[in-house]
Amino acid sequence: MGDLLAQAWIVARKDLVLEFRTRTALLSAVVFTALVLTVFNFGRDPTAVATIDLAPSILWVTFTFAAMLALNRAFQLELENGALEGLLASPLSRVSLYWGKGVANLAFVAVVEAVGLPLFVLFFDVPVGSVLLPLIGVIALATVGFVAVGTLFSAMVIRTRFAELMLPVLLLPFLIPPLVGAVQVTARLLASRPLSESVGYLKLLAAYDIVFVSLASVLFRFTVDE
Amino acid sequence: MLQAEGLRHTFGRVVALDGVSFSLRPGQTLAVFGPNGAGKTTLLKVLAGLIRPQAGAAHVSGGRRAIGWIGHQSNLYGHLSVRENLDFWAALYGVPAARRGPRAAEVLGRLGMTDRAEQPVWSLSRGLVQRAAIAKALIHDPSVLLLDEPFTGLDFAAAAELRALLGELRGEGRVLVLATHNVDEGVELATDVAFQRRGRFVHCAPRGERDAAQIVEAYRRAVTDG
Repeated sequence: MGDLLAQAWIVARKDLVLEFRTRTALLSAVVFTALVLTVFNFGRDPTAVATIDLAPSILWVTFTFAAMLALNRAFQLELENGALEGLLASPLSRVSLYWGKGVANLAFVAVVEAVGLPLFVLFFDVPVGSVLLPLIGVIALATVGFVAVGTLFSAMVIRTRFAELMLPVLLLPFLIPPLVGAVQVTARLLASRPLSESVGYLKLLAAYDIVFVSLASVLFRFTVDE
Repeated sequence: MLQAEGLRHTFGRVVALDGVSFSLRPGQTLAVFGPNGAGKTTLLKVLAGLIRPQAGAAHVSGGRRAIGWIGHQSNLYGHLSVRENLDFWAALYGVPAARRGPRAAEVLGRLGMTDRAEQPVWSLSRGLVQRAAIAKALIHDPSVLLLDEPFTGLDFAAAAELRALLGELRGEGRVLVLATHNVDEGVELATDVAFQRRGRFVHCAPRGERDAAQIVEAYRRAVTDG
């Protein structure tokens, strides 16, 4: 187990260094998040639908598509100079490769969300002060599920001709359960309803994470091995 | 040290490997010559563990850690420096942290790349990238080197340097398997020669006293007959 984690960290660290050097995908995702929130801010009619009703969906649609940008790039950088082939020829276990990619993706999406959340609060003027910690917890719980499935699918589509198009088409149906859970919990939190009302959805998010992290760890090797 | 027994692999109707068997001891270099599409890359990928053959088995003493892989591409990350790339691959191959720096310095010195160590890979010429790829393949001191078309894109001088280096590596008792469609390039290094055609070894024997011209002639006959 220690070896698996150590190898995963080697992969994740390399991905983070590369992203820090180029910043292309991170910058794109952050700009995308800001633009989507701006468009939603000016595109809605506040007299027709209350902000508090619309805000949770806007937040999660934005995070979902921004995460997609991050996930798309996860294996793209392994295609440069055929690095993926080298990784697969090395003693690196497939589980470590998956976990390493997952950790790097998680960090990447977390940065995008850390920029997106204050912008969301700013544009939509939603009262998050009292529910900030539970809200961050829900975002973390849903993001783990997104990234677990997204990392698996991004490996699956990377050798296809239209990888960037295929990823959302394949991934979005699988994101519906955590998306529903995250939107529902966020709506209740922003409406200052007690957390006990969201227990069912929180269990759904936790179960999704456990099932898909485990399943993807097992299935990952079938997506990369020839 | 390296043994292949009855390897067979197909891609749909295309037979890439058909009953390929051979074994190599330390210090032997097998040059596999064949036209494009003969199955040379598939053979090397099977030996490297990148492809699981549909029949037969390949065994390398020491497993993946004992193999140095040089494929069509460098497997290096363009935005990392040569040294960072070597450190990453050394870590993946289990070289202890304290040994990585000295080992990288030793390999780079041997390849005449000490002054290029801090340069990002994207800024190197084709010949230097190829040298860096060899440094990556040697960083964990492998006993078996698998080389797929290693002379591609190199000018005359760089190809001669590479031949000299590979000769040295063979002299150190390493096993080399070299696949190329260009007989002139690989023949000087070979202790054993195989001609591959439509997945089969139509000839596999020690080079013996034959000179390059005789082998070229034998190869021409082997790949054009039948």
